[in-house]
Amino acid sequence: MREVNVAVISRKAKVWGRAVAFFVIMTIVVGGVYLGISTLIAQVALPSQANGSVIEGSDGKLYSTMIGQPFSDERHMWGRPMNPEVLTDADGQPITDAQGNEMLWSAPDSLSVASDEFASVVAARVDAVRAAHPEHGDEPVPSDLVTCSGSGYDPEISLAAARYQIERLARTTGLSEQEINDIVATCTQRPVFGLFGTPRVNVVKVNLMLDGVIL
Amino acid sequence: MMDLAQNTTVQAWFGCAIVLALALACGYALSGYLNRVMAGERTGIGRVLQPVERVIYRVLGTNPQRSMSWKRYLLCVIAFSVVSLIGLFAILMLQGVLPGNPEHLPSLSWDLALNTAASYVANANWQAYSGEQTLSYLSQAVGLTVQNVVTPAVGIAVVYALFRGMVTDDDDEGRVGNFWADATRAVLYVLLPLCLVVTLVNVSQGVPQTFDEYQSVTLLEPLSLDDETIASESAATAQEDSSDDAADEDEITQLALPLGPIASQVAPKQLGSNGGGYMGANGASILENPTPLSNVVQSASIIVIPIALVFAFGRFVGNRKQGYVILGVMLVLFVAALAIVGISEQAATPALTQDGAVYTGGTNQSAGNMEGKETRFGVQSSAFWTMLATGTSNGSANSSLVAMTPLTTLVSLVLMGMGEVVFGGVGSGLCSMLCFAILTVFVAGLMVGRTPEYMGKKIGPSEMRMAALVTITTPILALVAAALMALDPQTAQELNVQGPLGFTQVLYAAISTAAANGSALSGFEVNTEFLNTLLAFVMLASRFIPLACVLLLAGSLAKRAHVATSAGTMATDSVLFGALLLLIIIVVGALALFPALALGPVAGQLQMLG
Repeated sequence: MREVNVAVISRKAKVWGRAVAFFVIMTIVVGGVYLGISTLIAQVALPSQANGSVIEGSDGKLYSTMIGQPFSDERHMWGRPMNPEVLTDADGQPITDAQGNEMLWSAPDSLSVASDEFASVVAARVDAVRAAHPEHGDEPVPSDLVTCSGSGYDPEISLAAARYQIERLARTTGLSEQEINDIVATCTQRPVFGLFGTPRVNVVKVNLMLDGVIL
Repeated sequence: MMDLAQNTTVQAWFGCAIVLALALACGYALSGYLNRVMAGERTGIGRVLQPVERVIYRVLGTNPQRSMSWKRYLLCVIAFSVVSLIGLFAILMLQGVLPGNPEHLPSLSWDLALNTAASYVANANWQAYSGEQTLSYLSQAVGLTVQNVVTPAVGIAVVYALFRGMVTDDDDEGRVGNFWADATRAVLYVLLPLCLVVTLVNVSQGVPQTFDEYQSVTLLEPLSLDDETIASESAATAQEDSSDDAADEDEITQLALPLGPIASQVAPKQLGSNGGGYMGANGASILENPTPLSNVVQSASIIVIPIALVFAFGRFVGNRKQGYVILGVMLVLFVAALAIVGISEQAATPALTQDGAVYTGGTNQSAGNMEGKETRFGVQSSAFWTMLATGTSNGSANSSLVAMTPLTTLVSLVLMGMGEVVFGGVGSGLCSMLCFAILTVFVAGLMVGRTPEYMGKKIGPSEMRMAALVTITTPILALVAAALMALDPQTAQELNVQGPLGFTQVLYAAISTAAANGSALSGFEVNTEFLNTLLAFVMLASRFIPLACVLLLAGSLAKRAHVATSAGTMATDSVLFGALLLLIIIVVGALALFPALALGPVAGQLQMLG
């Protein structure tokens, strides 16, 4: 009887040993081999994308058209509203880049669209947009200009939202409406295969072109 | 460029339909392969991976042919999960001193480490933290990603144990398979190859995969955050003109570009119904999901393995129609949910439309509630993803869930409350669905006065008890957790809105963790000691109670001999059975939570419209 118990206990102990071994093996296979192969192929075959798709402007500075920036200058096209902030880690230290620069981050609104707070946030945004676009009077404002995205960093707006700003940009930049239209057309993306995604305009790219940072 | 006005709505919905069709096709193609892999048969990529598989068995000292009794199988699952929990907890607690931490992020607090470890081991991926701000590359790429791959493998293992229990005839010991072999095969032959493909597609679309430090790029309009110049652009330009020396001191000129091994974590997050994003914004983040094409791949990834498992079930039990019926029920529930959410999101809300001051139509833009949604995806693809992620136990998001209409939140809560049977979490979802099927044959048996049978096995009291337990675990855990949170006076202070909308956020946290889903409404600040601890236990219970019940069920089914089908046997591969199953799921899953839902999203929606 006692011997049976010992056998059962040792079989159970074996299970725990195997569990530890399996955890270690999986950590090596997934956290080592899979991670290593993924990174290696990505870095060799797709180095630009794998490192954040950063582009260099004609002024020698680094830019990204992937992530959105807050724009409020009337000479720039405006994008989705953002909530700029500085992030800190759990110790209260600001998170900096490789050179130790303080960086700007952004967050979504995190408001319920049924709430009164949200209604007043949108009302204020509508007022600000309309004040800068007297050409449009009381026309409805395209929704992208008064709603924050889910990431907080949306670099794009709809065609409707881009076209809404063309007269204002022509007025403030001194370029003709045709020139602005051409820039917007260059920065417009159509749905992939005509199926996936909304037709949209990259606001950061438009402004880089307006400022002559990229051609 | 100034082409005719273009309505985007029909095209967007058509795109969603194509993604669903794509996932169904891939799932079907994968199902036969899954069965061969899990039976240990030779496959194409076996030549490369078989040596690895053999080394793993040798190190473990296990014979993959030796089938375990359900008790031993369960012991292995529990032992491995406990070890994983301790291992991951240790990594998170020691993050500050471990390598792979270029941002020098400190170690996690004990309660956040416990919550996160429990969350990933339970396949829930509830996140009380924001990844880019809290976790080192090592914690993400090794700690969390390992769990993102092994927990769906455990799910696949357990559902195959249940399949075997149904097919095995009269086995005295109730043997259901070898856990180590099942888990190893699911990881090596199913999850990792798929993950690698999805990773590379995502990188090609712009998802970073690097160990370099966070980068920054130049801001075209430098910003100083102290003076609230963000909203009023006139003030900003005035300041720019007047004093450039004083203001420039604290001006921020750089925009954060957080990097890391993001792509390799996003792939298993989507494929393994995990859902825990690398970034706080999850699939809405541009760095996780940069293009409509990456969105297509990531949407389809949520459901491809769950769908493959349903087809594989039909093949495994030798009657493909059994799988088709279950898939049909899932599709009906999914399309119904999507229709409600689509209409609700396209209608937007009075707070957004501002009596017509905001244009929410579909001409040259995405129609509906764009708050919390990305321009590149639009309203329709965001609604589609949300239904996929809450129908399964994935819980990822490509939009901000708190910014959905209350009706959308209600549908998400119902889908999660039903035990996530709509395509299901990898493995666990189909287990719940099969328990609902057993419940259905029991109810049908009562109506006609016959002993219930499923897959040619008599369903006795012990099987019924287990099936019932599996189906009510989520509602019970959710209600208890919601009650405990509501009782704590501190909770109200963690919410950014009061009333029904605030209670909705609490209820969402309870149901999401009780269903091992992990999605969240971001208005609720959940990183507190009390909530971290409570929700950690809820997630572990929601994973391991049903899992133990399913293995016991598998064992007791394996012990039973098949009975001959007679005229009185209820066919479970018919449309009639499908309809009954649908009814049972709605009654048991959805109605259990109805009183709580009435106080939250239902009241919220009515208040908004009234």
